[in-house]
Amino acid sequence: MTARTFVCRCEDVTLTEIERAIAAGLSDVEEIKRYTGLGTGPCQGKECLSALGRLLVARGLISPAALRPFTARPPVEPVTFGALAAGATEVPEDPSP
Amino acid sequence: MTVAMGRADTPLPADVDVAVIGGGIMGLGLAYHLALLSGGKARPPLSIAVIERSYLVSGASGRNGGGVRMQWGDAGNVRLMMESIELCKDLAQQLGINLWFRQGGYLFLARSEAGERRLERNVQLHAEVGAPTRLLTAAEARAIVPQLEVAEVRLATFNPDDGVVFPWAFVWGYAARAVERGVTLRTHTSVVRVEPLARGYALHLHTGEVVRARRVVNATGAWSGALNRQLGIDLPNRPHRHEILSSEPLKPFLDPLVVDLTTGLYFSQSTRGELVTGISLPDAPDGSDESLTLHSSLRFLTHLSATLTRLMPITAAMKVLRQWVGPYDVSPDGDAIVGPSPGHPDFVQVCGFTGHGFMMAPAVGRLLARWLGLGEAHPMLARWSPDRFAAGGVARREDMIIG
Ligand SMILES: Cc1cc2nc3c(=O)[nH]c(=O)nc-3n(C[C@H](O)[C@H](O)[C@H](O)COP(=O)(O)OP(=O)(O)OC[C@H]3O[C@@H](n4cnc5c(N)ncnc54)[C@H](O)[C@@H]3O)c2cc1C
Repeated sequence: MTARTFVCRCEDVTLTEIERAIAAGLSDVEEIKRYTGLGTGPCQGKECLSALGRLLVARGLISPAALRPFTARPPVEPVTFGALAAGATEVPEDPSP
Repeated sequence: MTVAMGRADTPLPADVDVAVIGGGIMGLGLAYHLALLSGGKARPPLSIAVIERSYLVSGASGRNGGGVRMQWGDAGNVRLMMESIELCKDLAQQLGINLWFRQGGYLFLARSEAGERRLERNVQLHAEVGAPTRLLTAAEARAIVPQLEVAEVRLATFNPDDGVVFPWAFVWGYAARAVERGVTLRTHTSVVRVEPLARGYALHLHTGEVVRARRVVNATGAWSGALNRQLGIDLPNRPHRHEILSSEPLKPFLDPLVVDLTTGLYFSQSTRGELVTGISLPDAPDGSDESLTLHSSLRFLTHLSATLTRLMPITAAMKVLRQWVGPYDVSPDGDAIVGPSPGHPDFVQVCGFTGHGFMMAPAVGRLLARWLGLGEAHPMLARWSPDRFAAGGVARREDMIIG
């Protein structure tokens, strides 16, 4: 692995950036996600989260038993606004004040 | 190891001058500005600790839309936001971070007569205060955002100085610079009990540790009521869930943040390329919207999508990527609640910022630090006084709160 190794390909987060977050004292997947942007792209962490978890465990920053994935965000897969709009029960109409 | 950010094992002093509870943008912005003063005019230097229950940016400060605007309906808010936007211009350099601050303007759309009157009033007010807001016809609005369906739009306003930021970097920047200037930052640690002392307070932490502070700042936003109640401080701010989502990233195509006054729909394109959008959602019948639960709802997704695709038909083919929730800390009169608490002058509130605390934070952090560190007054502090509710409260002055 090199400094240019990409851990999160959706958001282009490199191993170097993760190392920087760890050097800044961060050790929790939620905070590292928000420090680097890891896991916030189209795959929502399906690819990078396990790599990050493994790194934190290898460094002794977290025990495997305590490791949790970050909160899953709906939708599970990207869905168009058009498809979702069709599911609206009441279409917002009336201009209110 | 250098402790550049908060950690669960950062050593805490037994006594501090100022303890800030809550590591959101308010707590960290204040700590940063206090530390700046402390090295300079405030003598002797202050010892400052920030205590955060979870990770930084876990609260509203890590969950918001990053909208920054001076288009308000009340002169005090317009002036404050002119100050804040001015501060934002240099902040990236000061904090040594990329704020992703992009001044693409805010475009407000009125589709009703009442909305039209509000926008006309705003433009006049903004001219008096010196904010460069202008009235636009529907056609002119469409020249700024060609994809808009403007058949129902009666009038619009545009302010080119308004814009968006990416919230996470902002919070980390304040945290790093505060720590650099000597602020103790403890994360993953909850304040469970506040005990009044003859002078100041003892903060009991979930770890069993106790920190004594001469003055305490309650910067816990939507969670602030729990700490206030322990001291018998009765304030009317209440939590309210607000949902938001972002789309797949696209090439830059949308300059301003657009707000539809009728539906409370807002959308902007972040510097990362995503469409970030939310809407005023009627409360769910089960009362869950007044809670601090952070579950996402399908109701929000469908309601927002139906509204958005009507106003911006090309979005029908765009994909929603992620949806989440954050807590608004709603103040009943629309004004923040900042300053000494009733009956507890050394327990200072910086709460009640509803849906606009992020954009106000740069100005608030500075003015509150000047008051705490130097005793300097600011017109907004008089107005935001937590005492106003005991006196029966004041009438709402601001009608441009979105969400
Ligand atoms: C979806 C959404 C969209 C928004 N959009 C915008 C926008 O576009 N522009 C804008 O300006 N504003 C916006 N806002 C509002 C803005 O996010 C808030 O006003 C602002 O972030 C409040 O900051 P804060 O520091 O007061 O609160 P928070 O960021 O919520 O911080 C409070 C912190 O206190 C901690 N805490 C709580 N209890 C304890 C305890 N007992 N001990 C220790 N720590 C504790 C919490 O963990 C939390 O981190 C939005 C809000 C939401 C939810």
